[in-house]
Amino acid sequence: MTKLAVVVFPGTNCEHDVVMALGNAGIEATLVSHRETHLGDVDGVVLPGGFAHGDYLRPGAIARFSPAMDAVAALAREGAPVVGICNGFQVLTEAGLLPGALRRNEGLRFLCQPVRCRVVTTRTVLTAGCRAGELLELPINHNEGNFTCDAETLRRLAAEDQIVLTYLDNPNGSDGDIAAICNKRGNVVGIMPHPERASDVLLGSLDGLKLLGSLAKNDRVASSS
Amino acid sequence: MRFAVHVEVSPLEGIADPEGETIERALPALGFEGVRHVRLGKVVRFEMDADDAERAEERAVEMCRRLLANPVIEQADVSVAALGDRRQGSDLGL
Repeated sequence: MTKLAVVVFPGTNCEHDVVMALGNAGIEATLVSHRETHLGDVDGVVLPGGFAHGDYLRPGAIARFSPAMDAVAALAREGAPVVGICNGFQVLTEAGLLPGALRRNEGLRFLCQPVRCRVVTTRTVLTAGCRAGELLELPINHNEGNFTCDAETLRRLAAEDQIVLTYLDNPNGSDGDIAAICNKRGNVVGIMPHPERASDVLLGSLDGLKLLGSLAKNDRVASSS
Repeated sequence: MRFAVHVEVSPLEGIADPEGETIERALPALGFEGVRHVRLGKVVRFEMDADDAERAEERAVEMCRRLLANPVIEQADVSVAALGDRRQGSDLGL
């Protein structure tokens, strides 16, 4: 069974939802404090949403100095799945594990609504179970979801197949309508929408399970542990 | 020596600043005409020990690069002033 660590920073608030949703996807997940330097015997790690360290200075700016982040970076280097959801995505960009930055939403409103996203690439640990071009309905819940990078980075993201999900109706001003990106290898993924909130029939959508379920299917998970 | 450091962080030129734009649109409503290029940022102030002003500025710039600003979207302006021996409360003398 695939085992993932879910890192809890002070201010993280989606960790239990993520653990439950991963459970629905057949993945065993354990909460790990951001103070830990070892994440345990796990195949990968998820940085859940919330407001790590109160989003002081910038979302993710302080969280990236947490002791657990060295272990997260080590897993990323090994090719193990490293997924940042919402605030976790912001942490991954601040930590330099993903390019770009997430700025305040263009309309200056906190957005909490379902959005439709298109799966652009299926070569990542989070989209291996999806079809290219597939549409997913996922909830967003963010104030800083406006993915921003320079023109050269955006061109490279597209050229290297690092754009994972795009919004059909861009809600926040993201460059390239980007909702999720990955590193070159496809094992580090940052996603603004919340797949864990679309992972149970009671929640109205199971689309998020296709994403989280992909984490169980990845062969690199087993080979890298 | 002790220095007062003043760091001003603002959106990079070319990066949209919707808050600055909103302020720019609001000012004429109060009769303040002719205002252009409003940029909203934040200020970080602190005191720091350093051998001289040059060294203090060098360290502050490095702090901006590594923490205080995100170079992907923000720029930072640093100014440094030597503090006298007699400081008053939190007044950094800037």
